[in-house]
Amino acid sequence: MSAPGHPPPDPARGRQRLDRMARILLPFGVLALGILAWDLVVRVQAIPPYVLPGPGLVFATLWSDRMLLWDSLLVTLTTTIEGFALALMGGIGLAVLFNQSRLLEYSLYPYAVILQVTPIVAIAPLLLIYLPQPAAVLVCAWIVAFFPVLANTTLGLSSVDRNLADLFALYGASRWQVLRRLKFPSALPYILGGMKIAGGLSLIGAVVAEIAAGSAGAGSGLAYRIAESGYRLNIPRMFAALLLLSATGIVIFFALSLVSHLVLRRWHESAIAPER
Amino acid sequence: MRTEPASSLHTPIVALRGVGKTFGNGVVALDGFDLSVRPGEFLTLLGPSGCGKSTALRIVAGLIEPDSGAVEWSGSRAGGAETRRQLGFVFQEPTLMPWATVEANVRLPLRLLRLEAEAPVRIGAALDRVGLAAFAQAYPRELSGGMKMRASIARALVTEPKLLLMDEPFAALDEITRFRLNSDLLALWQSLGKTVVFVTHSVFESVYLSSRIIVMTPRPGRVFRELVIAAPYPRDERFRTSAEYAGWCRMVSEALADAMAGRAAE
Repeated sequence: MSAPGHPPPDPARGRQRLDRMARILLPFGVLALGILAWDLVVRVQAIPPYVLPGPGLVFATLWSDRMLLWDSLLVTLTTTIEGFALALMGGIGLAVLFNQSRLLEYSLYPYAVILQVTPIVAIAPLLLIYLPQPAAVLVCAWIVAFFPVLANTTLGLSSVDRNLADLFALYGASRWQVLRRLKFPSALPYILGGMKIAGGLSLIGAVVAEIAAGSAGAGSGLAYRIAESGYRLNIPRMFAALLLLSATGIVIFFALSLVSHLVLRRWHESAIAPER
Repeated sequence: MRTEPASSLHTPIVALRGVGKTFGNGVVALDGFDLSVRPGEFLTLLGPSGCGKSTALRIVAGLIEPDSGAVEWSGSRAGGAETRRQLGFVFQEPTLMPWATVEANVRLPLRLLRLEAEAPVRIGAALDRVGLAAFAQAYPRELSGGMKMRASIARALVTEPKLLLMDEPFAALDEITRFRLNSDLLALWQSLGKTVVFVTHSVFESVYLSSRIIVMTPRPGRVFRELVIAAPYPRDERFRTSAEYAGWCRMVSEALADAMAGRAAE
């Protein structure tokens, strides 16, 4: 970054703008090419829509089924956001407790790891037996999303500058002051990194649980629509629902990236544009 | 640790008596180390890397507990809130919180000591003294190395401590910046009437700054020789280029060489 009042010389700025435009436009170019190729293949090979619908049909279905899909989107999105929020609270809360008490960390951390390494697809059917369906889906979203927050926050809370810790000790800082004014800000970049992972994972957890629940005949989220449309050979709707899920994931990722950028932009290296 | 009667001019502010410290890895950092810090002096601990000078400073600050010996404060109990308020510490690195502005960094000691009532005035004064008043709202990453160190010094001064402990604060800076900060530090010391304990491995820096130099031997760290630099203050660029300064430097260098040789003969 440059000091205010001293704009960088024009050629450099022009190159930077070109670079930024390329970063935005190129992926869209690839997308357009992909859709074109898809359309072409479906037309030329005359593939029937119950095998592979063309992009036009998928978008048409997206529109014609919008009420149904919108409701399903809201269900999945709600679960994802709730699971994410709980994961954030659980992950950060647990990490802070672990940081304050070593005994607690030794006792519980292995179980957090076990919860993480056991595939969620295998846990979901069990949860659906013991919990009402919405709760089971929420728990699945939470289980997959909370670990990256926990692991990252744990790492962040212990990555404190030694001299700064000495400074706090020198002025007789309380545990709470150390946590609030030193450990938490030090951990913030790590927490935000964990959050970015957790956002996507929370959606995955919700989808996995919905699919598992779908086979049990309940639910109305987007993933359930995919499973249901599959049984009915309504392939265009499968694609439409998939498209929405994918878009949801993208929106979540960019929203969390934006949050991370806004929080860190004044001080953290990761958020500062390199000077070239 | 015991309480001593109120300080007079000649009782030390703080004294280490027969202090020993061995680290977990078996390195004997200090052994039978004695040190008296007199009010108003600029005392430098000089020695090669690993001679325990930083350890001694940290023991004075209460950041390390000595294995043996005692730390005696005049007028107050070691480690108490009163001593904390009388201490400023400047680390080798600027050690600023990167997420906070210069102002918030300088405010930190007041916040931790719950002295925030007079914060704005004190912070303003501290930043003025180090010439950073215009950078109160800047973040550390926007500052040069020398300016970060100034911010670090402002933070140490904000509680208006009697005793300023400095652990090789300028070692990582380029020579031009270091000379300027040396001169500014001397001016500060003279105008504020603080006591400074300064750690360095630079003979030239120690002679320029100090009223008294303690040359230390390495492993275990002990006092090898005590030298009073009798050159009058204020010292400025003229002093730095004078024959007198060169003479002091030669003397101190010889003492340092003797300290190293003494170790080699053991």
